[in-house]
Amino acid sequence: MDIFSIPSQVWFGQLLIGLINGAFYAVLSLGLALIFGLLNIINFAHGAQYMMGAFLAWIGLTYLGINYWVALVLVPIVVGITGVIIERTMLKHLYKMDHLYGLLLTFGLALVIEGLFRHFYGVSGQPYSIPDSLKGGTNLGFMFLPNYRAWVVVASLVVCFFTWYMIERTRIGAYLRAGTENPELCQAFGINVPLMITLAYGYGVALAAFAGVLAAPIFQVQPLMGSNLIIVVFAVVVIGGMGSIMGAIATGLALGIVEGLTKVIYPPASSTIIFMIMVVVLLIRPAGLFGREQ
Amino acid sequence: MKKRALVMAAALAWSGASFAQEVSDDVVKIAVLTDMSGTYSDLSGQGGVVAAEMAIADFGGKVLGKKIELISADHQNKADVAATKAREWFDAEKVDMIAGLVTSSVALAVQEVGKQKNRMTIVSGAGSSRITGEDCAPTGLHWTYDTYALAVGTGNAVVKEGGDTWFFLTADYAFGQSLENDVSNVVKAKGGKVLGSVRHPFPASDFSSYLLQAQASGAKVIGLANAGNDTMNAIKQANEFGIIDAGQQMAGLLVFITDVHSLGLETAKGLLLTTGFYWDFDDQNREWSKRFFEKHKAMPTMVHAGVYSSVLHYLKGIEKAGTDAADKVVVEMRNMPVDDFFGRGGKLREDGRMVHDMYLAEVKKPADSKSDWDYYNIKQVIPGDEAYRPMDKGGCPLVKK
Repeated sequence: MDIFSIPSQVWFGQLLIGLINGAFYAVLSLGLALIFGLLNIINFAHGAQYMMGAFLAWIGLTYLGINYWVALVLVPIVVGITGVIIERTMLKHLYKMDHLYGLLLTFGLALVIEGLFRHFYGVSGQPYSIPDSLKGGTNLGFMFLPNYRAWVVVASLVVCFFTWYMIERTRIGAYLRAGTENPELCQAFGINVPLMITLAYGYGVALAAFAGVLAAPIFQVQPLMGSNLIIVVFAVVVIGGMGSIMGAIATGLALGIVEGLTKVIYPPASSTIIFMIMVVVLLIRPAGLFGREQ
Repeated sequence: MKKRALVMAAALAWSGASFAQEVSDDVVKIAVLTDMSGTYSDLSGQGGVVAAEMAIADFGGKVLGKKIELISADHQNKADVAATKAREWFDAEKVDMIAGLVTSSVALAVQEVGKQKNRMTIVSGAGSSRITGEDCAPTGLHWTYDTYALAVGTGNAVVKEGGDTWFFLTADYAFGQSLENDVSNVVKAKGGKVLGSVRHPFPASDFSSYLLQAQASGAKVIGLANAGNDTMNAIKQANEFGIIDAGQQMAGLLVFITDVHSLGLETAKGLLLTTGFYWDFDDQNREWSKRFFEKHKAMPTMVHAGVYSSVLHYLKGIEKAGTDAADKVVVEMRNMPVDDFFGRGGKLREDGRMVHDMYLAEVKKPADSKSDWDYYNIKQVIPGDEAYRPMDKGGCPLVKK
């Protein structure tokens, strides 16, 4: 069976690839949405933090012999701590101000971080190979699925679900949401709101770093890898609804698939299709697909 | 020694007026305009400035008794940024020649500015064969390589080895299209077939979708008409998806040694590529490259070597012409062979093309690599006259029919 004169086998393959890329978008946009939802900060440093994740994994492997699996746990913690430091020393002064200030600060940080890595490592990128236990792949009949890509989808979905569950279904999550809704009242009940906000930013940043470690074996590890991706991820968050956790996950996956299919039907549009969707969504539902009107 | 130089300088200053006319503003100012921070900054960037400094130092630091100055800037791979900078340099900063120029759109724009202002531009980084084709300029030279030469080198070699059906992954801008077009012509001329192509946005990071299309086409060869990180990601992911193990061959149509360095030999092994320079080709190259390495901490790409050679030859041209006026210098540059490790007797044509030998290289297996940066086996030296497009086929209006 052919659709658009493209064999259905190719379609299955492209759907799967779209899902894999969507999993990346989901983890990245989840972190962004979390930070925006809880801190009201548009974190433009997200792409740089994703890059830091990939780079630290590479540095760990090359200089310290830290393997992939350890890096997958350790790197998000380390990068998360840098996030905590940024929040404590800089971001916390901006919560009362216009969004624009947070955006400018994080954008500046992104440029500084990328510049530093570029200065020391150049732009060509560093090789990071797939861990031995995930090498090879499975022939699904319609395509060859590398084991590593399958792992990326599973790991991303687990992390996304865990995050969603923690924020929407646990007591800590409830405190967190209450703390952003009405910080004064929450504090009166004896909850340490500033601490929670700090940890929330750290967690959002750690998610970006986690995606970075996942990406390291697939893409060349290089200082600009985040800046190419971040704009798309922002569009994903806007389409999903700023601050909506579920929206970010679902939209990330869905747009990955849409983008994948565009690459078959009309490749030159694949870099713009997400923005076209964004325009349409904003016209029809200004708060995004999953966002609440305020 | 110092005293004598002082006396000579005084004598030159005394002889005054006539000399001052010959070298405008009493200084020869060379500017390297290149990608300092983007995708191409490793293969050109600061290394290009280092190469130009070396050329000036090797020439003696002075020409016709006047100081040689070097400045540089980042063109950000944007034609408008580059053209504005070039205009400022020519008008306000008295720049005599611009070298480097890494992106095709940038090179074409700056060459046009040079043409209007009668100042020299020497492209060493960009590849579009239009630079010496329909868009050629009397003061615009193209030094290191072009898409036509890449197509002839790699295209011919791959078809000869049995790769007669092709599918292209093409970066969707001037350079990629020009490269796809030039290689397609070579493949067809040799009796091969082009089964299809996909134009991907520039830059792209995930190539799996395009690779699956290439795989479905059943072509024997997947031609990568892109550069830098795009090429590297495509090769890396082709490995991941088992495309190379399944028997399809990847042909990187523009691969720099910094790309291979960053990919690692395990991933890049067996890749065929065409280059204008390889540091380990012979003693001459090794001698210069080691000096370059000491300053830059990486081996030179063909772009770095090209910048060195072009600046050196430009200075020789000034000396011969007795002036730095672009129209006079270019004539002298054409009249003498490009005699250095890079040019090896190369000649400069009327359309601006510097014709020199190209090299077909194969990337070594990790086991065959004896030291850092020991990456290529040179399989064939392609004589310049075969590698480059004949002058009458380019459509350059300066060429007398």
